[in-house]
Amino acid sequence: MTTAVEMKNIVRQFPGVLANDHVCLEVEKGEIHGLLGENGAGKTTLMNILSGLAAPDEGEILLDGKPVQFGSCLDAIGRGIGMVHQHFMLIPVFTVAENLVLGNEPRKGPSLDIKRARELVTELSKRYGLKVTPDALIRNIPVGMQQRVEILKALSRGAEIMILDEPTAVLTPQEVEELYAIMRSLREAGHTIIFITHKLQEVKEISDRVTVLRDGRVVGTVETQDVSLKDLARMMVGRDVVLRVEKKDHAAGEVKLRVEGLRANNSRGLPALKDVSLQVRAGEIVGVAGVAGNGQSELVEVITGLRRRESGRVSLDALEISDMTPRERMYAGLGHIPQDRQRRGLVMNFSLIDNFILGFEDSPPFIHGPMLDYAEADRFARESIEMFDVRAPGPDVLARTLSGGNQQKAIVARELQRDPKVLIAAQPTRGLDVAAIEFVHNKLVELREQDKAVLLISMELTEILDLCDRILVMYEGEIVGEFEAGEATPERLGLLMAGSQEGGV
Amino acid sequence: MAKNKKKRTSPLMSLISPAQFVLGVFLAFVAGALFLWAFQESPVEAYSALYKGAFSSNRYIAETLLSMTPLIFGGLAVALGFRCGLFNMGVEGQIVLGGMAAAYIGYAWDLPQVIHLPLAILGGALAGGLWGAIPGYLKARHKIHEVITTIMLNYIVFQVAAYMIAVGGPMKADNELPVSPDVLPTAQLARIWEGTRLSGGIFIALAIAALVWVFLFKTRLGYKMRAVGFNAAAAEYAGIKPGRMMVWAMFLSGALGGIAGAVEVLGVHYKFYATFSPGYGWDAIAVALLGLLHPAGVVASAFLFGVLRSGSITMQAIAQISKDIVLILTALIIFFTATNQTLRPILERMVLRLGSKREERVSSQ
Repeated sequence: MTTAVEMKNIVRQFPGVLANDHVCLEVEKGEIHGLLGENGAGKTTLMNILSGLAAPDEGEILLDGKPVQFGSCLDAIGRGIGMVHQHFMLIPVFTVAENLVLGNEPRKGPSLDIKRARELVTELSKRYGLKVTPDALIRNIPVGMQQRVEILKALSRGAEIMILDEPTAVLTPQEVEELYAIMRSLREAGHTIIFITHKLQEVKEISDRVTVLRDGRVVGTVETQDVSLKDLARMMVGRDVVLRVEKKDHAAGEVKLRVEGLRANNSRGLPALKDVSLQVRAGEIVGVAGVAGNGQSELVEVITGLRRRESGRVSLDALEISDMTPRERMYAGLGHIPQDRQRRGLVMNFSLIDNFILGFEDSPPFIHGPMLDYAEADRFARESIEMFDVRAPGPDVLARTLSGGNQQKAIVARELQRDPKVLIAAQPTRGLDVAAIEFVHNKLVELREQDKAVLLISMELTEILDLCDRILVMYEGEIVGEFEAGEATPERLGLLMAGSQEGGV
Repeated sequence: MAKNKKKRTSPLMSLISPAQFVLGVFLAFVAGALFLWAFQESPVEAYSALYKGAFSSNRYIAETLLSMTPLIFGGLAVALGFRCGLFNMGVEGQIVLGGMAAAYIGYAWDLPQVIHLPLAILGGALAGGLWGAIPGYLKARHKIHEVITTIMLNYIVFQVAAYMIAVGGPMKADNELPVSPDVLPTAQLARIWEGTRLSGGIFIALAIAALVWVFLFKTRLGYKMRAVGFNAAAAEYAGIKPGRMMVWAMFLSGALGGIAGAVEVLGVHYKFYATFSPGYGWDAIAVALLGLLHPAGVVASAFLFGVLRSGSITMQAIAQISKDIVLILTALIIFFTATNQTLRPILERMVLRLGSKREERVSSQ
């Protein structure tokens, strides 16, 4: 085996954080190399350096044993390094073929040679066995195919070394399987793949070797087959981690949240919820599974009062809340962990103190007539930071300086401090690392034990299967299946999520 | 490990904003010197004339403080709007309207001074505020962009102002000039410095700047406005009504503009005429941006713009250098303030290096 990439003593500093602290990484030719670590461990920073997006403060990069320096990502592409980012860099209103040749367009005179572009796509897609439709608009194709377009794009630029940044985060279980197949066939074709993840199962399933990063440093590089999931978790987090939440049997009580015949439109004015009814009882976690974009966001928004309903009712305890403002619903006992923490959950340019009182700014003990009681707010922020183990230099730092996991912990802290009767948790662990996921899961289970009602919306099947007492599947704005905890399997849920009737009950 | 990280966000970070301010101004003056040099003028001579024009006598100092006063109000108006995510380009119109209302109350009503003066200022604030609330409402309710509506509303004010004091206009004084009658002494802001035109307005401005700071950073309403300004979606999620905050912010922003006009009319001119503001409302935008939308920064940059305004007149007289160089300087300041945002990460990195060096020193001892 020869070494394809060697990164030596890479150092990269950001304000307040040492993102990479003398990191060394060796990747062999033709292997699938996992880069495992929690959020903020420095994985993406390291790969941005390798792909020319960022310059290291110290250290060197060797390709095939020769030192190289990248001034930009074009340099890296020229050296055969391609990166597929977590958020795709595709233009939604362009076709697959147009996106694929973007930046490298075949020309006929002054204009784009679209015929040649289309041929290129077909040729590439045949060579690597990646199915795409050249003439479809990006916005009309499923996420899995968008990802294939990104991979093809990198291949078309001659990428020998492919970097995949959290490639499975947006995929359905079936699409993940397809992606694994693609990765294996690329390896067979002689390509080297580095893939970034914080999911242990993925590393175990697909990678040949894995390098674990923690706090900007390399913990170790190991052969995947020699280690167990528990070993990997310990390397990643630095302590033993409970991979599956302990959940006691707990009898569900009376109905706390009742949704009846809900209809609502999405932002484009098209029906997004078509007669949705559900109930969540005290001491129960009810999961809503589904592929993103099947009405889950709209369901959460209508329940919490952020979106207008066309018809139907929402009630909390015996109280109908359908016509209340978000603030009134909050006061009535509805808690909400929003699905997008940066867009909804936090004011990124506010300090933690200001973020902790968000929604509390009109309630005692934080008010002094028209003024805010900042002494009280400061105390509350410190208490919440302590109780919920938010890792921050202090309560007065801006929310945007925290890692994603700590931002999420701050939101969870704030919402649980409200002591809600019903909690709507929308993708509460999206993008979080193992330790933070463990934390959030434990908090949700604690709520259940305190006889609160939890509605959990998640794209992660394992999360749904682990936590929920009852599971609903949403597809195209409807609830298409309901399971008791014991009955559901990933296969049955997966089929229903993809719109097939066969998995149904 | 975590402890180490704690130290790196050092108190030096809080000096970055003032540093940004000083650096922006410095770069603007350097670039301005290059312009002067290119026009074969001596930068040293020009800048020293500018300095003399702003500070060399009591009268000049008073004039500097005098033009600083409306710039503080205007800068606060723009900054307050920005804090709620709104770009109030209508300050000039709000100044004119505020001046008009204050003048009317000042000459038409006969009241004892304790009531008359505050009422005239309040009238100016209310006029500017209501005028400002219109674009706020249009934005909140109909999503019409406030930049467009505030600019359009300016023109309406300018035309109304011209009409008011034109021949046959309702506010026209009984003489040859296109002005309103004189404000009664009971509504005049007293002069506070023998032999100069300086009125107590500067103290009102400083007091209001402090009030705006308290409002923005210590009150519930200010908190909500800032939340909406930074992230309306998160504010809405937390139960704050973004639309209502926008109307409030534009009302208060307009009211500050209105006070600027009122203080100018009641403290300097004692009468209303259509062009009493030489573009304070436009300079206010630069003042707010250079002041990084912070009341203290606004006061500092209003002072700088006051110097530029009053100094430029003398500079033209003494050094024979066109006062238009001040317009160039103003433009350069705006330019460098805007580009300054890109300098911020560099400054932060410098502070970081400094911090870690100091740490090394400490640990090696």
